[in-house]
Amino acid sequence: MDVLTPRTLDEALRLRSEHPDAWPIDGGTDVLVELNFDRARPPALLNLSEIRELKGWSRENGTLRLGAGLTYTQCRQDLRDVLPALAEASRTVGSPQIQNRGTLGGNLGTSSPAGDSLPPLLVEGAEVELASVRGERRVPLEEFLVGPKRNAMLANELIVAVRVSPSGARQTFMKVGPRNAMVIAVASLALSADRERGELRAAYGSAGPVPKLVTAPLAERASFAERVAEAAQPIDDVRGTAVYRRHALRVLTTRALERCAA
Amino acid sequence: MRITLTVNGEEREADVWAGESLLFALRERLGLPGSKNACEQGECGSCSVLLDGVLVCACLVLAAQAEGHEVVTVEGLGSDGRLHAVQEAFVQTGAVQCGFCTPGLVVATADLLARRPDPSEDEIREALSGNLCRCTGYAKIFDAVRLAAGAA
Repeated sequence: MDVLTPRTLDEALRLRSEHPDAWPIDGGTDVLVELNFDRARPPALLNLSEIRELKGWSRENGTLRLGAGLTYTQCRQDLRDVLPALAEASRTVGSPQIQNRGTLGGNLGTSSPAGDSLPPLLVEGAEVELASVRGERRVPLEEFLVGPKRNAMLANELIVAVRVSPSGARQTFMKVGPRNAMVIAVASLALSADRERGELRAAYGSAGPVPKLVTAPLAERASFAERVAEAAQPIDDVRGTAVYRRHALRVLTTRALERCAA
Repeated sequence: MRITLTVNGEEREADVWAGESLLFALRERLGLPGSKNACEQGECGSCSVLLDGVLVCACLVLAAQAEGHEVVTVEGLGSDGRLHAVQEAFVQTGAVQCGFCTPGLVVATADLLARRPDPSEDEIREALSGNLCRCTGYAKIFDAVRLAAGAA
């Protein structure tokens, strides 16, 4: 096994095209678990943690560009006012130690049905910025997520950023699990009451093969919890049953509506 | 592969396997067994160290990623043969039972108090939420944190 450590994005994209089997790694909070337990032995690791272009976030006109290397701690601290549901979700990821290392790009790359950043980003209509030696493309997050731990990124591409135009709508994130910290969601929900679009927007996690967006006109508030629960495609697994997950989504949606659309 | 990093203020070199964790390198290559190896998946916090001043689980950092960076382990907290204020507080309050979780908790507490010298109860709980004590000695651990905060 090799570790390739590029210093610039250009160098990283070149290495990515030359070593399509190499696993990208940044915070390592998912990848190291695979390595530590000998579940995978990739031929090489592409260490993205030294690339300045992937760090931090910036504002371009009304759009936020969140670097793939943005950590949950940074989301929590810096985005509390502009993307409150994402900030709340980041606060529920693992422990402070995990939040200090884990990145948005990693959460997207892993594409777990339980990825905590995904529902809030879906609600805010985020786009994933992918790059390769051939150039850049942007994919709506809804299209990027194609299955459990599967996404639309090609073998020569890297996730470089997430683009979001914050709605400014009241929004929240909620998650059900055995305790408040260190929990992989049994079910999760981000919701916004977007008065400008006249829309309720919710996205669930851990209740289907991919986190998914459900919308309805503001006026259909009364039936929205049922609509979210029905849209979900949960399964029975070690963390909970399908029936419980649907029930949890109904409860979470009702609570989130009280919080955001009172 | 060979890496060079700063550990507890000293430049160190280590020959590591490409896929090994910083925790393994610290314990098995650099002779620093203070950081404990337990869950290897970021659940228990017993391997907590500071990487460039940021609290992380050493089990989830690739050793190769520490190349050129600065690591502080529990061994590096005290100075001049004296315990760090947090270590002293753990001794004073009897916050150590079997002792396995102690190094991680000491590092996590030192990190918390460096950022929040006078943390609230909720801030303490949240800051230490990723450090498990299987003896369940949390009450005295919390006493230690409050004592260290008062002493700082």
